[in-house]
Amino acid sequence: MAVMAAILSLLVGISTGSLSIPFSSIVRILASEWFGMPLPSDIPADWAPIVTAIRLPRVVLAFLVGASLAMAGAAFQGLLKNALADPYTLGVSSGAAVGAVLVMFLGWQWPLFGTFTLPVVSILFGMATLAAVLAFTRAVERQLSVETIILAGIIFGAFFSAFISLMIALTGEELRQIISWLMGSVAMRGWKYSGLLLPFFLIGAAVLLANGRELNAFAFGEAAALHVGVDVTRRKVIILTAAALLTGAAVSVSGTIGFVGLVVPHMVRLVCGPNYRMLLPLSLLYGGAFLVLADVAARTIIEPRELPIGVITSLIGAPLFAVLFFRKTKRKMG
Amino acid sequence: MMLEVRAVSHRYGPKQVLDRVTFSVEKGELFGIVGPNGSGKTTLLKLICKELPLASGEIKIHGQPLLALSAKQWARFAAVLPQTAETAPGYTVRETVALGRYAHQRGLFPAWTKEDEAAVQEALRAVGLADKINEPLERLSGGERQRAYLARALAQEPRLLLLDEPTNHMDMSGQVRLLDRLAEAARSRDLTVVAVFHDMNVASLYCDRVLVLKEGKTAALGTPTDVMTPALLEEVFAAPIVRLAHPATAKPMFSFVPKGKQEESPAGGLRLSFLDDAAVLASCQPLRVLSSALIGAGFQWATHFVNRHVGLDYDCRDAEGDMRRYLEQHGFSPERTIGMMTAVDVHDAVWLQEEGEAFSVAVMTTAGVGNAVDAARAWQHKPLVARPGTINMVIVIDGMLTEAAFVQAMMTATEAKAKALADRSVCDPETGTLATGTSTDSLAVAATQTGRTFAYAGTATELGRAIGRLVYEATIEALDRYKRRRGRR
Repeated sequence: MAVMAAILSLLVGISTGSLSIPFSSIVRILASEWFGMPLPSDIPADWAPIVTAIRLPRVVLAFLVGASLAMAGAAFQGLLKNALADPYTLGVSSGAAVGAVLVMFLGWQWPLFGTFTLPVVSILFGMATLAAVLAFTRAVERQLSVETIILAGIIFGAFFSAFISLMIALTGEELRQIISWLMGSVAMRGWKYSGLLLPFFLIGAAVLLANGRELNAFAFGEAAALHVGVDVTRRKVIILTAAALLTGAAVSVSGTIGFVGLVVPHMVRLVCGPNYRMLLPLSLLYGGAFLVLADVAARTIIEPRELPIGVITSLIGAPLFAVLFFRKTKRKMG
Repeated sequence: MMLEVRAVSHRYGPKQVLDRVTFSVEKGELFGIVGPNGSGKTTLLKLICKELPLASGEIKIHGQPLLALSAKQWARFAAVLPQTAETAPGYTVRETVALGRYAHQRGLFPAWTKEDEAAVQEALRAVGLADKINEPLERLSGGERQRAYLARALAQEPRLLLLDEPTNHMDMSGQVRLLDRLAEAARSRDLTVVAVFHDMNVASLYCDRVLVLKEGKTAALGTPTDVMTPALLEEVFAAPIVRLAHPATAKPMFSFVPKGKQEESPAGGLRLSFLDDAAVLASCQPLRVLSSALIGAGFQWATHFVNRHVGLDYDCRDAEGDMRRYLEQHGFSPERTIGMMTAVDVHDAVWLQEEGEAFSVAVMTTAGVGNAVDAARAWQHKPLVARPGTINMVIVIDGMLTEAAFVQAMMTATEAKAKALADRSVCDPETGTLATGTSTDSLAVAATQTGRTFAYAGTATELGRAIGRLVYEATIEALDRYKRRRGRR
């Protein structure tokens, strides 16, 4: 069902736009493009490039970004035993964004990495931010409570946003472009960005999927995980690294798209329970689908202009965050 | 040797929480670690299960040094049932228990094998949760949840099971059920169990051997019966502790002695009154009683002694139930009353007191010799149905009596009573010899358990002599009153 939903969302994503293309035509166009099947004559010739060169890359990128963020969110929530954790609330997205803006601002291009300098720096900044947030939280109080982690995430997030604003102010030009990037967008990026994200996505997703049992064990607390034989320190580093990898790579190509990692795992959990061996693959599929649809909404609501996709996800995510926070705190009090 | 701990020490900062602790646990043993809070018992357990790094000393599990075992290898040898496990909302019992198979699975995406499934099912059966396998964890009661975690530990198929105060947050029935299942599982799987207990009674009841810790040091090591002495436990727990024998198993039990206020002298606090058919001795403070009475036999705490008159034709078949109902009807709690029966008129009860310098003793007795018996020749009697006792006696002592003193007081009183019967030439009608008592006498020795302590109450002691004299005099007087009433009839 989740696979169906994912495919359907992709089709909807390709079909919707200033020019509406029916599903059947999309399938035929793709079939002719990939398998060399003849293109029926009733399909206008100019539809093919729209599908393959404009909409498909955009939709695929949205899917990969959504899947990355949702899986990262699920992993953060499991490891930190914190339903409110996601790349955005933990400040990891903002940290990664600082890295990405630095690369763009300074026009860095590291020798060996080439165009991959952007995602790599972004990932490194994301990891550093995560480490800093956790270290700061631990310094405040040892048991890493939910509220303290979120608060630390917000502090770091605010600081990094200010830092980015400073850099933007210093550049003067290209202001609009960076701002729209910052608020999150998967528009007009072609296949290049999907190509930048894909290797990191594959590695991060594979590592997390392979750690489903460990995440289940962590859900019962670190001591319990140790007792059943999980190498706690090593697994923690592996999982956090993979999640930061997914986050950093996603941010570097699409900007800070908030709350995807919060909304999607939470919805999946409501339907199929907390077992990470189900939750992770389903978060991948539904996360991708969610962002594709969010992108559809972003470009159709005030047509012909486009909204940043981060606006849509935050409009959905922030209220849910409020609800979760309310419930969690209420439960604690009584 | 399943577990060897040698010279293990641990510090939290400047605080030495464990100081060169050494012990070893044999295969199949149920080994307890006891001690007050802060004695280092949980730290010790955390070191064994690698939650804390081992800084000094050596720990071996099944002959393998702890440091040489990876987390997975460790978990194939040993499993832990923690004190309070964090709950993970949404997980079912099956998913929880399945985690126990983690250490046995190999590869990145291991398949769920038949052995895994069998181990999970078997573990759930062992803890009695097989019918709740698909329930979410949070819908179980506290005790059931703890049993689910026990099942997870058992699904690890460990050879060593470590428990940290496993019944800390359970009510009594949950506690007993969990520990019984645990002991049973340990026996049937040849499992070695090392458990931290703060409840000495639980440790005493379930453990083969115990390690008693005090401030991180070994205070004692051995079987509960041998090492859990009141002196040691008083020192370890820094509180007065009394040790009792468990009534059903050969294990010691312990209780603290709360600091209570001193009561006034009981002789003044004792009151003898009469109902139509009973003599009632009431005490304003509870007395510790050793008695052979119909209600409240053995050791008891009681505030009332009811000596009830019944006719010679009384049907004795359900005397105890009848006496209970009688007490309740007259407003006495059977749990705090010593109830006796007699065929003589209770208004002839004799009441004697002696106020010594350091103690006071009081005796109430009723006597009739309708079925007088010579105990030495009672075997010549035809088998008889029990009939209401005819010499009933209550002895109240103001003082603190040891159990030895209670028993000696019983002996002294019985001997004095026999002597009184002899001096009044009471004969066993069947054998024609001097009688030593009647066939169903009752005797109760009661003490306030405050004031001076009496270790003994034999005839060599002041107390014993006082008891002997009072009992003798009271019995003579009671016999004479009995005789006069019979003569009148």
